[in-house]
Amino acid sequence: MKLRQGQFSFLPDLTDDDIRVQAQYAIDNGWAVSVEYTDDPHPRNTYWEMWGHPMFDNPDAAAVVFEVNECRKEHGGKYIRVIAFDASPGWESIRMSFIVNRPATEPGFRLIRQEAEGRSVRYTIESYAVREPEGARYA
Amino acid sequence: MNEMSNPKLDAKKRYSAGVLKYAQMGYWEPDYTPKDTDVIALFRITPQDGVDAIEAAAAVAGESSTATWTVVWTDRLTACDKYRAKAYRVDPVPNSQGEYFAYIAYDLDLFEPGSIANLTASIIGNVFGFKPLKALRLEDMRLPVAYVKTFQGPATGIVVERERLNVYGRPLLGATVKPKLGLSGRNYGRVVYEALKGGLDFTKDDENINSQPFMHWRDRFLYCMEAVNRASAATGEVKGTYLNVTAGTMEQMYERANFAKDLGSVIVMIDLVIGYTAIQSMAKWARDNDMILHLHRAGHSTYTRQRSHGVSFRVIAKWMRLAGVDHLHAGTVVGKLEGDPATTKGYYDIFREERNPMALENGIFFDQDWAALNKMMPVASGGIHAGQMHQLLTYLGEDVVLQFGGGTIGHPHGIQAGATANRVALEAMVFARNAGRDIWNEGEDILRDAAKTCTPLKQALDVWKDVSFNYASTDAPDFAPTPEVSM
Repeated sequence: MKLRQGQFSFLPDLTDDDIRVQAQYAIDNGWAVSVEYTDDPHPRNTYWEMWGHPMFDNPDAAAVVFEVNECRKEHGGKYIRVIAFDASPGWESIRMSFIVNRPATEPGFRLIRQEAEGRSVRYTIESYAVREPEGARYA
Repeated sequence: MNEMSNPKLDAKKRYSAGVLKYAQMGYWEPDYTPKDTDVIALFRITPQDGVDAIEAAAAVAGESSTATWTVVWTDRLTACDKYRAKAYRVDPVPNSQGEYFAYIAYDLDLFEPGSIANLTASIIGNVFGFKPLKALRLEDMRLPVAYVKTFQGPATGIVVERERLNVYGRPLLGATVKPKLGLSGRNYGRVVYEALKGGLDFTKDDENINSQPFMHWRDRFLYCMEAVNRASAATGEVKGTYLNVTAGTMEQMYERANFAKDLGSVIVMIDLVIGYTAIQSMAKWARDNDMILHLHRAGHSTYTRQRSHGVSFRVIAKWMRLAGVDHLHAGTVVGKLEGDPATTKGYYDIFREERNPMALENGIFFDQDWAALNKMMPVASGGIHAGQMHQLLTYLGEDVVLQFGGGTIGHPHGIQAGATANRVALEAMVFARNAGRDIWNEGEDILRDAAKTCTPLKQALDVWKDVSFNYASTDAPDFAPTPEVSM
């Protein structure tokens, strides 16, 4: 399967130049760009690991591409995303989020059904990858 | 017109038994300056032949506040000057013979805090059937911050909805399950699964899907949640389906909403026809239960569509932001349903902005501060397809749910293909916009390029390339770019 999170996951994988152009759009809007990685792609895993702080005063998206590539050197077998934070009043949250790196194989998610009272079912989604301990996934 | 004299009567004459003109009763005050805490209503009035516009405006002020048709001595037991609504300005409507814009101010103490029912019982209560008027339309309202703060506002709001769904930087995608009536629960869930797996964020019950002989509500909810969770596992995304909990009683609606919650749904849906109080109750329930609340505006066109009579949708939008829904349909501009671009922009601004400056060209007559009430997500639905993506993104922006019902389910190669075509078209267009391309003029090229690596999009563009709905709008703002009609 292909993890479809992020705003460009139905497009062909982004090139470094694509990443630069999109990050520059965020910067030009006054948003702080950040790089994050994870080996637990559950849709409700909100807190991916931070690759440094959001780049608050960075005017040039080339620095974002540089950090993405530094992150790839260490975590190239995991998911890496670029996100943009908008601190404006009334928003104060994320404005953009797109995946820039994926593991070579994505085993996907297991759907666990627990039959409950009546005909109700309690659903749990679990990434096959998290059966291995943290750090040993997507090896 | 404001110079018309205001013959003030002394109190003894004013309250002697009989019938007075409304203007003489104190409902016309051309020198009145509205207080920051006043509710202001702007009506379009069409007086009967021979009825003076100012007297008609005063009558509207009277009938929507304290007046009855004759003088009553019991007025004198109250601070009646305060409780009387005051028409303070009457302007002829540009280019519309016999129609006038009447500005009427209401003291805040006329209204119960936090009750749309109470507000509307005054403002659109008896007055719309008042005989001296041929027609009456409530065009806009200014709601003072002090009053706005008595309402909960949207249960979730755009920002938190995005955080819960983990979707940023692009419009959300949805589809209404079709055919809207007749599918069994099992078949219905099939459409939900295919559409969500193919790339949509949401599917939606239609307004009249409740609990009918062909599909009772529990069956629909159970099969839909199986589909939602399967699609979520297949894509790694949070998915949702608007489970319509509209029913005959509040008790049934709560029962259905609680079942949806127990099954893990992120969103439930209600119809406008359940009424303002029921909507406010469901908004409170949604806030208490971490649920996004979708409102389908079923029935609104019976009173929003005609330019001379009824209630403008921009007023309904303001009431619904107070009442506390998260999603509300607001027009597509390019689709099959009513909506001229300037008017629709006005609606979207009411949904999404922190404050609305006066914008007569968009039908917004007042500055409106929303006092940190959450924002509502507009929903664009009705006759739209992937080939219009550049127009939709340009007109409607990023914080919107684009709903392609026929445009997903009618795809020649199936529902998943239809959903994928829409998602690819959307992502390609957002990508191009961010990259600085002129999507309005280059939109078709951008879509054609994206279709090179996406066969379903190519098929969608081929099938629907010539579909458009270019009819004249029946409701557009009446304004002249002169100070005459600005406040």
